[in-house]
Amino acid sequence: MHELTPTSYIEHHLAFREMPFLGGMIHLDSVVISLLLGIVGLWLLRLAAVRATAGVPGKWQAAVELLLEFVDDQVKSVFPGDRRFVGPLSLTVFVWVLLMNAMDFLPVDIMAWFYEHVLHQDHFRSVPTADVNTTFALALSVFALMIFYSIKAKGLFGWLHELFCAPFGSHPLLWAFNLLFNIVEYVSKPLSHSLRLYGNMYAGEIIFLLLGMWAATGWVGAVLGGLLSTGWAIFHILIVVLQAFIFMMLTAVYIAMAHEHH
Amino acid sequence: MNIGLTLVSQAVAFFLFVWFAAKFVWPPLMRAIETRQKQMAEGLAAAEKGRVELQQAARRSDEELKGARDRAQDIIAQAEKRAAEIVDEARTAARSEGERLVAGAQAEIEQSVSRARETLRDEVAALAVAGAEQILRREVDRTAHAELLAQLRRDL
Repeated sequence: MHELTPTSYIEHHLAFREMPFLGGMIHLDSVVISLLLGIVGLWLLRLAAVRATAGVPGKWQAAVELLLEFVDDQVKSVFPGDRRFVGPLSLTVFVWVLLMNAMDFLPVDIMAWFYEHVLHQDHFRSVPTADVNTTFALALSVFALMIFYSIKAKGLFGWLHELFCAPFGSHPLLWAFNLLFNIVEYVSKPLSHSLRLYGNMYAGEIIFLLLGMWAATGWVGAVLGGLLSTGWAIFHILIVVLQAFIFMMLTAVYIAMAHEHH
Repeated sequence: MNIGLTLVSQAVAFFLFVWFAAKFVWPPLMRAIETRQKQMAEGLAAAEKGRVELQQAARRSDEELKGARDRAQDIIAQAEKRAAEIVDEARTAARSEGERLVAGAQAEIEQSVSRARETLRDEVAALAVAGAEQILRREVDRTAHAELLAQLRRDL
């Protein structure tokens, strides 16, 4: 155990557990926890789907149906077309991001102790969405789907035409401006999409760490830090759900925009 | 910080999850929800139809009841009329029968009286003839005095 200073404490909590994988390095913590949460989330949903009945639903089925209808209503409000893919896409995004964000509720130091002494993994982080890799993976996947649906809805030529001729006009002198504008738009989408979620979750984690550091200074710090941590955790419930919801809505909005003709 | 393989693996996992949700989670639950919605809509429509039919049936039964009541009133009125008629007829029949009986009795009485009178007359006549015979001490020739005797009987 190295000497515990504020710097080493923060560093300890914010460093990733890295592992060599396929000739590169991989964040084992983010990958393992996100996969685990994704599997658990989908398994819970699948549990309701397996026994789905059109008659009187069970309690779990009713709860999952509530979630499905909520997601479907939200998606319908921005994308009134065929939702057989966009619906499950938004549902997956919402459930997965919500579960990953919710990992932030676990107390940072207890989890660090658990990872280190029970699982023998040091520098293991609980919150996959506080890793920019995870949020970028999601945002870039949505971005790829956006390009795919743009081309599917307008045709390759139509998409390229829009790239050069929208939004200012199809005059050849405006092509460069149109393209520049569209590139900025296309780049800004996944960036803002992923960094918004990442920033919120990362900041939330940092605040917990700072309060934890204060708690290490003495009794007054321990009491006040504990109280503030509780308050922050309660406020964080809102952030966790809100960020998952925003991420889902933006996913649906971007896919819907891909279908729009200029 | 190490962007790259982590991102790729997360993206692959994401697509697998979406595929799973789109294939095994979304369709069965949506189908269940939509089927239930349809069933509920049908149930509500059937209930509405039943309500309307119930109203119609109630109206029809009211009408039937009113008709039946009217008919019953008619029948009662007719029955009362008929009863009065029967009573009248019976009264008339009884009166005429009584009158007939009284007339028969009177006729019989009159017959009896006249018969008694005839008998009396005959007997008086016979007595008179017997008296006359006694007086005359001879037999009255009935043939010779038939007219006289008849005259006598008439006068009695």
